[in-house]
Amino acid sequence: MKQTRIVITGVGLTAPNGNSLPEFRKNLLNGVSGITEIDVRFMGRHPAGMCTFDPLKYQKKKDVRIGTRVGSISIYCAQEALADCGLKLDGRDMSRVGIYLGITEHGNVETENEVYNISQFKYDTKFWTHHHNPRTVANNPAGEVSMNLGITGPAYTIGAACAAGNMGLIHAAQMLRLGEVDLALAGGVSESPQTFGIFAGFKSQNALAAHADPTKASRPFDLARNGIVISEGGCIYTIERLADALKHGAKIYGEIAGYCVNSDATDAVLPNPERQTECVRQAIASAGMTVEDIDIVNTHATSTPQGDIQECVAIAEVFKSRSTPPHINNTKSFIGHAMGAAGALELAGNLPSFADLVVHPTINVDELDPQCDIPGLVFNQPRTAKRVDAILNNSFGMLGINSTLVIKRFVA
Amino acid sequence: MTKDNCKKLVIDIISDIAPDEDLSAIKPDVRLRDQLQLDSMDFLDIVMELRKRHGIEVPEADYAQLASLESCAEYLTPKFQAKP
Repeated sequence: MKQTRIVITGVGLTAPNGNSLPEFRKNLLNGVSGITEIDVRFMGRHPAGMCTFDPLKYQKKKDVRIGTRVGSISIYCAQEALADCGLKLDGRDMSRVGIYLGITEHGNVETENEVYNISQFKYDTKFWTHHHNPRTVANNPAGEVSMNLGITGPAYTIGAACAAGNMGLIHAAQMLRLGEVDLALAGGVSESPQTFGIFAGFKSQNALAAHADPTKASRPFDLARNGIVISEGGCIYTIERLADALKHGAKIYGEIAGYCVNSDATDAVLPNPERQTECVRQAIASAGMTVEDIDIVNTHATSTPQGDIQECVAIAEVFKSRSTPPHINNTKSFIGHAMGAAGALELAGNLPSFADLVVHPTINVDELDPQCDIPGLVFNQPRTAKRVDAILNNSFGMLGINSTLVIKRFVA
Repeated sequence: MTKDNCKKLVIDIISDIAPDEDLSAIKPDVRLRDQLQLDSMDFLDIVMELRKRHGIEVPEADYAQLASLESCAEYLTPKFQAKP
């Protein structure tokens, strides 16, 4: 059965090294990291990726005060995506607009803040804020966008650990194909560095990055990598059916060609290369492609000793039949792990390659880990490609959820 | 604590609760909700801040006493004065 074609028509983002796609892309090509050091409650200084967008560009001060950090990130990204897309919402049937945002987790930040707050009052719960519940419901980021923009269609989040960024786009494509909505604002968002719990959890797991120079802390595939750099960020796309996009003369960044979501069903934290391999293969098949058609593979690799190797094993297995490998890169080396936003942000960093045929590298590879030395890896310097017609974007998460998205160059 | 001092403390709280509002010309005898964009959650914030900053408790039955700046001063000043 021929499927309705789904295209990306607008991008709004905030990353630790850029508050728009042009700024983000420029820094990815110039090797500019966005990682700094922050004070983490109870834990001291740690490398982290923080965003510098101005929340007051699209919100009142009171809305920022009442809402959440991730709500502000989501509103900024959604508004920027709509502006980039050129679609005006005035006069549009707002019940036909959907908001689908991937999240790794939500509510930890706000809960920790309140526990800390009442600790200043001898843990008397009468000092617990009445804003706690609206701030911590899982749909908070999407709900804040719907209120900010007056969108009355379905607005919710998709919890999928660190596979979530891809999930927002996948879900949008499904809903557009089902005819549930006519326009989707979809992607992934994260406010994770605001919670000490995620830092402490990764540290206890021996998976938290440490480096004297924070810009060197996130170093996937490097022999000296020692863990994850936790980052905030967001990336939201306007996604439309091709026919609708053409009607308003949209600029088309790419077409959602195929995808797969599967589960390891083995371990809560350890990845499973066999299932990852299946996920990548199934995504390529669902795009009607073969491994020969993929030009860029954006890895999920988070700079952990074991996880990076596992993904390299999976990718090498999938593409072993190719005489010339695809270009393989990684965005977390610049921005850390933006959790729920990771997949969506990392895709955005590669979309301009359709136009400029340049593949951004993974940086901070001073000594390539022999176990990560897979054919096609682009490290430290950008590489010009002969062809970029298909980008494969991997995002994997805890509890063994894997998502792979294939985006192809738009050809009418 | 005078009523004027009490009004100033309430305005300090409102300036944090409603940071977009111009509070320079608040009419003391007009309901706050009729001259500022304040909703029920904002009033709960005012009650919370009175508790946090000043140790003043406002029972739910008395919320109506916070309707205007004047009624706030009328109701809260004795509470401030009664503080040890």
